[in-house]
Amino acid sequence: MTALAPIAMQALLVTPALAAAVLAVLPGYRAAARLNVAASLLSLLAALLLLGARPAPSPLFLVDDLNIVFLVLNSFVGLTTSVFSASYIGHELETEHLTRTHLRFYHAIYQLMMFGMNLALIANSIGLMWVGVELATLSTVVMVGIYRTHAAIEAAWKYFILGSVGIALALFGTILVYLAARPVLGTGVPAMEWTLLVRQSGAMEPALLNVAFVFLLLGYGTKVGLVPLHAWLPDAHAEGPTPISAVLSGLLLNVALYALLRFKILLAGNQGAVDPGVLMAALGLLSVLFAALMLYRRRDIKRLFAYSSIEHMGIIVFAFGMGGPLANFAGLLQMTLHSLTKSAIFFSVGHTAQVKGTQRISEIGGLTASHPLLGWSLVAGVAAIAGLPPFGIFMSEFLIVSTSFARGPFLAAALALGLLVAFGALLTRLASVAFGEPRGPVGPVKASYLPSFAHLGLVLGAGIYLPPPLVAWFQHVAVLLG
Amino acid sequence: MTLPPLDTAHMLAGGLVLVSFMMLYQDRLSALINLLALHALVLSLAVAWQAWIQDAPELIITAVTALGFKAIAIPVALQRMIKRLGIHREIESVVGISATMLAGIGLVALALVVMLRTTASATPLAREDIALALSVILLGMLIMVTRRNAVSQVAGFMSLENGLVLAATGAQGMPLVVEISVAFSILIAFIVIGIFLFRIRERFDTVEVQALDQFRGERR
Repeated sequence: MTALAPIAMQALLVTPALAAAVLAVLPGYRAAARLNVAASLLSLLAALLLLGARPAPSPLFLVDDLNIVFLVLNSFVGLTTSVFSASYIGHELETEHLTRTHLRFYHAIYQLMMFGMNLALIANSIGLMWVGVELATLSTVVMVGIYRTHAAIEAAWKYFILGSVGIALALFGTILVYLAARPVLGTGVPAMEWTLLVRQSGAMEPALLNVAFVFLLLGYGTKVGLVPLHAWLPDAHAEGPTPISAVLSGLLLNVALYALLRFKILLAGNQGAVDPGVLMAALGLLSVLFAALMLYRRRDIKRLFAYSSIEHMGIIVFAFGMGGPLANFAGLLQMTLHSLTKSAIFFSVGHTAQVKGTQRISEIGGLTASHPLLGWSLVAGVAAIAGLPPFGIFMSEFLIVSTSFARGPFLAAALALGLLVAFGALLTRLASVAFGEPRGPVGPVKASYLPSFAHLGLVLGAGIYLPPPLVAWFQHVAVLLG
Repeated sequence: MTLPPLDTAHMLAGGLVLVSFMMLYQDRLSALINLLALHALVLSLAVAWQAWIQDAPELIITAVTALGFKAIAIPVALQRMIKRLGIHREIESVVGISATMLAGIGLVALALVVMLRTTASATPLAREDIALALSVILLGMLIMVTRRNAVSQVAGFMSLENGLVLAATGAQGMPLVVEISVAFSILIAFIVIGIFLFRIRERFDTVEVQALDQFRGERR
């Protein structure tokens, strides 16, 4: 096992990179979709292997208890999305929304994006982590614009401009961390090595770390979709292909959050620095309240769930901002379940939009009557994301609200209010989409339900019974997060 | 290490801030692109100077990329593009020049105050370099938000990115600087040639972002 660990770590990078290269030249779309699934499966296997055995950290790469959570989750959702994408893309080709050349490009970029995310997750050097996040972001920019409609190009342009500014701020923050570390760790590579940084962060200049964190929070926070910086997110989700919406919400937001958490741990080790949690909790709460209100006026179904992603990222950032073992545990759980649920919702929404030929909520109705499987999986997904029991998100949200009541009653009350407002909005919309008289075309749907059922099954399972090893694992990570 | 000669590095970094200010009030598109070329030229001189005083020959690569790519290739491409689009004579309505200039001065003051206070432990050269670099970054953002035209937004982004390269080279011995600067150049080429020229031109007769703004996703 241990001997395989370094190979598994390399496989996480080599598999998507090689697959991207092959997919860029592979002509047939069916073969390409299969290869895409196979490469994603290989990445998942590599990630699962790392669960058992960790390679020793090198100056550039690191697998530890924190990033393995993200790696496993990422490669799992990456795999299920590639399965969903195979059936989704076939339909796009039939309806001539995309040409074969586009599809070749699409599959190559999909793996490139997975490569970027894996790189960001296993990087030990904070510079390399930045490169990974940037690569993943830019590849999604291209994907968002792939339909080349008026709306898609505007969404991609907005995403590019805001994303680039975010990237720039995050790089400046990274440079400042290097400047703070250089007097302590010496010039060169060691001063960017996270394992060394975190050990020595107490000796660094607190003022410089504070400023660095502000830049990092704004920079990576743009990617997380925190509220004053969220403007790109709904557009990008609504205009890109639905598999991309699923990976954006399910994965890319988490990767940016992961970067933020690394720097939070760094600051927590320095006595003189500000408490990064306060800033994170404030931004998180603002995101929850704003997104909850915005949910009411959405007319586009993908945009609706994009705002719901902003809301949930807000809850998660709030939980990590509050800190402490219990809130961190709840935050990790919420993050995992949100990724699974939100991508499952996008799987259903993607097929729904294909059947109905529109994303307008007012033109979709009675889905449970016309397409029972699709309709009920959407109902289950929305019930889960709204926080209804017995789904797991109910439990994690309950944990977050109840732990914060003890420490900041007003904050917890505001959070609970946001949750309730969002709950109302989601259920109203769900009622009109899923129930009542069927509206819009009722033709048959060629869908793959497996990914969506697998995700929802896991979320339901987590709500009923959390296996003790998983609890122990998350509790351990929660303690690491401080 | 003896203290490196400070004044030239300061002069070049300060020159970069100055060119950023010139870009801020320039309302003619082709003149803006010329200033962008000047910006990249000053950057490449600043980076070359850093390479010399820090004894870091690899920074020469960054300087050469800045010169060849950002000071020559991209501006030439942009000039040809706006000529073909027939917008090279266009005068852009920059949101209130005096207000923009005041905001720019405010941002530079902010950058100096914040960075000089917090970097007390760093070497004087790195300190002042990073303060001026932050000024360039903030001015680049200001250029981006005060413009409506997609070409000038790219120009603003490139000047912002020049500020980042200045900051990265000023932080002595930072790893990955060369890789990052090359990656940025590739990104810009990719954006300028690929997405931007190809897609936006194909779909729109104008590159005014305002024309894009009519779509807000909700009003379909």
